[in-house]
Amino acid sequence: MAAVTAPKFADVKVGDAIKPIVLPPISRHQLALYCGGSGDHNPIHVDIDFAKKFGFKDVFAHGMLSMAFLGRLVTSFVPQARVRNLGTRFTSITWVGDVITVSGTVTGKREENGEKLVDLEVRCTNQNGQDTLQGNATVALN
Amino acid sequence: MQLDKGLIGHKFNAFTTTVEAGKIRLFCKAIGEENPIYVDEAAAKKAGYRAIPAPPTYLTAVTNDDPDKGGLLRLLNVDIGLILHGEQHYEYLAPVHVGDKITCQQRVVDIYDKKGGALWFVVSETELKDQAGKPVAKAKGITVVRNPDAGKK
Repeated sequence: MAAVTAPKFADVKVGDAIKPIVLPPISRHQLALYCGGSGDHNPIHVDIDFAKKFGFKDVFAHGMLSMAFLGRLVTSFVPQARVRNLGTRFTSITWVGDVITVSGTVTGKREENGEKLVDLEVRCTNQNGQDTLQGNATVALN
Repeated sequence: MQLDKGLIGHKFNAFTTTVEAGKIRLFCKAIGEENPIYVDEAAAKKAGYRAIPAPPTYLTAVTNDDPDKGGLLRLLNVDIGLILHGEQHYEYLAPVHVGDKITCQQRVVDIYDKKGGALWFVVSETELKDQAGKPVAKAKGITVVRNPDAGKK
């Protein structure tokens, strides 16, 4: 993987798209890895018996796994040290087998506290075109 | 089921955890992150970091490393099978690296319901500080609790 270089503030325009990332289908194995890797041990994401007991048809992905995909998108656009904030709403459940695409666009440019800031809208969308996460990020550029 | 709005303002016990390379490696494997700066110290230094940086949402693993894990749910007296994640926001104030000792302080900032009490929302904020006491990040999360009594008479 090539090192990420930040674009110049002057070169970024409102409406610019970040190159989307299409992820492999969510697998049970990935949810098990994320359970351990994130320390979120809620059985609802890895134990189908537990998920059914609480009214779900199957286990489903941790919201924070998808938020990590938003993080991957933003850090593919700028080096991580330039990320000032990242936030999201979790708008629908991500099921095993779902194919998530993570995408983003530039929504604003401003200067604050001596920093040149670029606001981004970022989202995760499933194979049916439904948003699963609707988020935003701010990055600082030169 | 009704949540106690009197818990707004509750402060949890602060705890301190060390950011570990092996845990970041597992986190990256889980999320499919392949940038070598997150696994290889030499690559991280070459990219200008003083050590391997924690990926942006790795802060969730930091705040989850609470010795009193599940404290929010015990406080609310809510079963883990009833919760969903509504929102999560991170504000990054300074980089977090492998070897940093991060102290997390969480508090409840709001509790409210929607749909006539069918869903409850618990907003909490966590301040993260490094070993020098410098704030490195702020986290704000909204936990949604599904009311198991909703629709019952």
